Amino acid sequence: MSRVAAARWAIVLAGFATVELCCRTGVIGRLTMIPPSAMIVSALHLLTAPAIQSDLLFTITNAAAAIVIAVIAGFVAGVIIHALPRFRRIVDPLLAAYYAVPTFIFYPMLVAILGLNRAPLIAIGAVLGVVAMTVNTLAGLDRIPRVYVKTAAALRMPRVATALLVQLPAATPHLVTGVKLAVSYSIVGTIAGEFILSVAGLGRAMSLAYNNLDNATMYGLLLILIVTVTAINLAIYEWERAVHRRWGLR
Amino acid sequence: MSRRFDGLLFTIAVLLLWELLYRIVGSSGLSSPITTFATVVHLLGSARFWQNVAATADAFALAVVFSLGGGLAIGLLLGLSRFAGDVFDPILNALTAIPKITLYPVILLFFGLGMSAKVAFGTIHGIFPVIILTMNGVRNISPVIRKAARVMRLTPAQTIRNVLLPAALPEIFSGMRIGVSLALLGTLVGELFASDRGVGFMLIQSVEHSDVPTVMALTLLLFAVAVAGGLAMLQIDRRLRREG
Repeated sequence: MSRVAAARWAIVLAGFATVELCCRTGVIGRLTMIPPSAMIVSALHLLTAPAIQSDLLFTITNAAAAIVIAVIAGFVAGVIIHALPRFRRIVDPLLAAYYAVPTFIFYPMLVAILGLNRAPLIAIGAVLGVVAMTVNTLAGLDRIPRVYVKTAAALRMPRVATALLVQLPAATPHLVTGVKLAVSYSIVGTIAGEFILSVAGLGRAMSLAYNNLDNATMYGLLLILIVTVTAINLAIYEWERAVHRRWGLR
Repeated sequence: MSRRFDGLLFTIAVLLLWELLYRIVGSSGLSSPITTFATVVHLLGSARFWQNVAATADAFALAVVFSLGGGLAIGLLLGLSRFAGDVFDPILNALTAIPKITLYPVILLFFGLGMSAKVAFGTIHGIFPVIILTMNGVRNISPVIRKAARVMRLTPAQTIRNVLLPAALPEIFSGMRIGVSLALLGTLVGELFASDRGVGFMLIQSVEHSDVPTVMALTLLLFAVAVAGGLAMLQIDRRLRREG
C-alpha cells in the first residue's frame, strides 16, 4: 500500500474512532447518535429483514429508471439545444441557475398528478438529473474541434456517420461526466421524494424510524443508504477517470 | 434587439405551455399563470412573506460565511501540500457525493429545530465545492510561481495573500459561486424539513395545505432570484477566467 493510501485509511479510521469514543463516553448523547459500531450491527441486522430488502429494491429500481430517463432525455435535449443557437442563448442562464432551486418542491404536485406510487418518485429523480446531462452534452458538443467535422465533410462522410463515428466519440468525456452527475442527482431526487411522501423505500423507512425515535433503525438505514450511494458514486467516478485517461485528459 | 425579441417569444411560449398544462392537469396539481402571478403580487405586498424572507436571509448569510471561510481555509491548507491533497481528494469526493438530504434527521438530532440546523444544513451543502476548487486551484499553480515566492523569501502569510490567492483566484471564485448557490439550496432544504420560519418553511406549509398557487408563486420567485444571482456571479467568473 502506498504512503498516500495508508495515510488515507489512517485518517478515515481515526475519524471513526473519534466518533465512537465520543458516543461511548457520552460526549455525544445516546439520543443524538449511536456509536458507529452499533450502526454497523444495526445495518447488518436490518439487511436480513425482508421488509428492508424490498425497500432497498424499491429505491434502487426507481433510481435506475430515473437515471435512464434523465440520461436519454438530457442527451436529446442537449443535441436539440445545441442545434438551435438562438434558443440556446435564452435557455443557457436558466440551465446555469437550475441547481440553485430546490426542484423537489415540485414533488407534491407530481404526486397530485401521477398518483401516490412510484411514478412521481421516478419523475422527480429524472427532473433533478436531466439538466446535468443536458449541460454536459452541450459542453461536449461545443468542444469538438471543428477540424474533425470538416475532415469528415472533406472525406464525404454521410451526416449520420459523422454524428455517430466522429462527433459522439469526440464528445464522450463530457457525456460521461454528464452521466456521472445525472446518476448522483437522480438518486438524491428519488430519496428526497421518499422522505417527503411515499409508500415505500429506504428514505421513507428512515423517516418513519426518525419519527418513532428509533435511533438504532434510523442510523442503521442511514449507513446502508450512504454506503450504497457512495459505492455507486465511487464506481462511476473511477469509470469517468478511466475514460478521461483513455482520451488523454488528465 | 433581436435577442430581446427572442426572449419575449420564449416567455410567451413558456406561458402558453404552462396554461395548456394547467388545462390538462387541473388545479389540484398546478395553478394557472395568471393566478400564480396574482399570488406573486400578493406575496410581495404581505408582511408575513418578508418576515420569512428575512429569516431565510439570516440563515443563508451565516451558511455562506461558514462555507466560504471554512472552505477557503481548508482548501488552502490541503492545496499547499501535495501529499495532503492526494490523501484527502477521494475522501472529499466521497463526502460531496453523499445525498445530504439523508442527513437531515441527524442534523435535527444534533442541532434541534431552528436557526442552527438551517445554517448547518446550508454549510454542509456549500462548503465542499469551495474546499475542492480552492485546493485544485492552489495545486495547479505553476511551481515556478511558488519557487519565485520562496526565492524572494516571502513569509507564508505574504505568499498566501500576494501569490497563491491571486494566482488561484479564478478557480476559487468558481468554487465560491457554486458554494453560494448550494448554500442557498441547503438552507431552503433545511427549512423544508427542519424549521419553523423562512421561505422553505412557508413552502412546505403551503404544500401541506394544498395551497398550489402559493407553492408555484414561491417557486417562481426562488427561481427568479436564483437565475439573477447565478447570472451575476457567472459573469464575474467568466471575466476572472479571461484575465487569469
